[in-house]
Amino acid sequence: MPESLKSITELSCPAPLNTRDHILLGHGSGGKLSAELVRDIFLPAFCNPALARLDDQAIVNVNGSRIALTTDSFVVKPLFFPGGDIGSLAVHGTINDLAMGGAQPLFLTAAFILEEGFPMESLRRVVSSLRRAAEQAGVSVVTGDTKVVEKGKGDGLFINTTGIGLVPPGLELSADRAQPGDKILLSGTIGDHGIAILAQREGLEFESAIESDSAALHNLVAEMLKAAPGIRCMRDPTRGGLSSTLNEIAAQSHVGIELDEWSIAVRDDVKGACEMLGLDPLYVANEGKLVAIAPPEQADALLETMRKHPLGKQSQVIGTVNEKNRGLVTMRTSLGTTRIVDMLSGDQLPRIC
Amino acid sequence: MKYLDEYRDARVALALAKEVAECTTKPWVLMEICGGQTHTIMRYGLDELLPKQIELVHGPGCPVCVTPLETVDKAIALALRPEVILVSYGDMLRVPGSHSDLFRAKAQGADIRIAYSPMEAVKIARANPQRKVVFLAIGFETTAPANAMPAWQAKREGLTNLSLLVSHVLVPPAIRALLASRENRVQGFIAPGHVCTIMGYGEYEELVRDFNIPIVVGGFEPVDLLESVLMLVRQLERTEAKIENQYVRSVTYKGNQRAQEIMREVFEIADQKWRGLGMIPQSGLRLSPAYADYDANRIFDLQLISAEEPVECISALVLQGLKKPTDCSAFAMRCTPENPLGAPMVSAEGACAAYYHYRRHAGENALSKSAV
Repeated sequence: MPESLKSITELSCPAPLNTRDHILLGHGSGGKLSAELVRDIFLPAFCNPALARLDDQAIVNVNGSRIALTTDSFVVKPLFFPGGDIGSLAVHGTINDLAMGGAQPLFLTAAFILEEGFPMESLRRVVSSLRRAAEQAGVSVVTGDTKVVEKGKGDGLFINTTGIGLVPPGLELSADRAQPGDKILLSGTIGDHGIAILAQREGLEFESAIESDSAALHNLVAEMLKAAPGIRCMRDPTRGGLSSTLNEIAAQSHVGIELDEWSIAVRDDVKGACEMLGLDPLYVANEGKLVAIAPPEQADALLETMRKHPLGKQSQVIGTVNEKNRGLVTMRTSLGTTRIVDMLSGDQLPRIC
Repeated sequence: MKYLDEYRDARVALALAKEVAECTTKPWVLMEICGGQTHTIMRYGLDELLPKQIELVHGPGCPVCVTPLETVDKAIALALRPEVILVSYGDMLRVPGSHSDLFRAKAQGADIRIAYSPMEAVKIARANPQRKVVFLAIGFETTAPANAMPAWQAKREGLTNLSLLVSHVLVPPAIRALLASRENRVQGFIAPGHVCTIMGYGEYEELVRDFNIPIVVGGFEPVDLLESVLMLVRQLERTEAKIENQYVRSVTYKGNQRAQEIMREVFEIADQKWRGLGMIPQSGLRLSPAYADYDANRIFDLQLISAEEPVECISALVLQGLKKPTDCSAFAMRCTPENPLGAPMVSAEGACAAYYHYRRHAGENALSKSAV
């Protein structure tokens, strides 16, 4: 018998490492470490009511108008991927952050951080893609900035976009408004964007390329708000995936969320890639999907409207809000058992947006 | 999805669970060895479907969890050398060593590359002839042939800037150690299907004979695991003890012999330390004398780095199936995946992480335990 097993109670395992002296990649994951950074560093520094809502956009009153503001930086690698590139993503990501607050997007700014030696041709491609995406979305890029860093000090190209929009009077969408009994609607399949990026980056080959779902959602949102004016909140499940978005809503609204596993659609090729890579699609990023929480009496009309829109054809009711497990997201599995759906901890896939 | 959906079919799974209930007359303690199997049990709540008399305990089959502290310390020390590029599977980066982990080393400037395939280490070595590339080769028999390949290929190509830091463990000696322990409660094992895909299941016959215990080689999907439980319970209820193969779509008696040849060429069997379990004789792999030139331990003179595991958590008991993760007072309170006290909380395949992700108690403290 091994020496060690004679007195197993004396055995043990390692001491904790809970000091955080340096930024880790996980701080950018959109999961628990990101939330910790916001809570410990940024919120105390900038504390104000608009920021404290912690929604995807800030809404401020200026002379009676409700202005929505948001900013987002894009560091995706590779710059070009099936279904999009860093230029179109920089437009879609920022527009969606405005749209989730019910705002009509109006203007964008674009700032480029370029690395010395970056091919001019690639920059032209990115800029023309950014312009096309903005045109299609009906917004103008009204100001910008350019900086260049030495070779080796940046990774080709980073983009920051800031968006500004107008919120119609009386509309209140926020992650703290979900109530027991509400229905949870999802506008399509999950995991497409994250897997498209990863497949491209890791050279994984499938029968046909998995395309990112990157898209601007503000027109879908406008239709949804007409059909169901009582919508409590909307979120686009980007970094950290559907699980992190729903965990944030559960925590901010102090409610429980129960999902039905069978109702959450995942493309077969995305499912296959996730099986291979050991990833859970619930944690993989999307760039053209949204989650809406709506009162039960408006859910049917809302679902019908979403399915009529090209970006919501595969919409589903995926679960309900309850008062049982406040702060937790649970899931009824296909076998009828229940499990927890936790928030992403650490980093599943760095630099996907 | 073909080849997967049929093994997740709810009707088949529920029918199997019912059959287990019908043939169970006594309490039985069963252990699934592999962390992947633990993960499926928790993810699908399979234990909830089984009768109360069937207790599933979770074995030491999470490669990240059992990698000894000193291997992590050595990897960190290597990664911090400016000339070194450390290539590792992503899971290893969060595993705490004595004072740091690889993520922190990376944040301090260490060149650490996350790989999905060991052969990426060869590509990196070719592309960086002026640097020294070290591949952190950890795992069970499943990954041993693939982890052997960088050394095998480097030898053939004459690559001199690639080496392996090896911490490989073997399943049968670990089962033997668990069974030989006075405190053992396990009455039947679900052997790991992936390990047996490589090694076959012939080597488990000796354990069945020596300890008169039933072993079923099982797969990783809900239907696989419920069928494996059924096969074990049937044997136990009839007081039989034999080796059976549930995972026939992947496992044969002899296994993948070409893979075994590569393993035998590059590695040799050696005594091995397991985190949480201690030294188990002849339970690991190290580079064979023919591949000594590819041993990072020799090239970098790492022999002096050693670490004793501090007394902090009950992972040893969890890894032997003597305690459930929820029996630990630190579970989900002081010990979480962000601040792991022990390795089973670190890896996705660790038993504590599986309980944390899927089965954290949803009681009155739920909100305070979840991230807000």
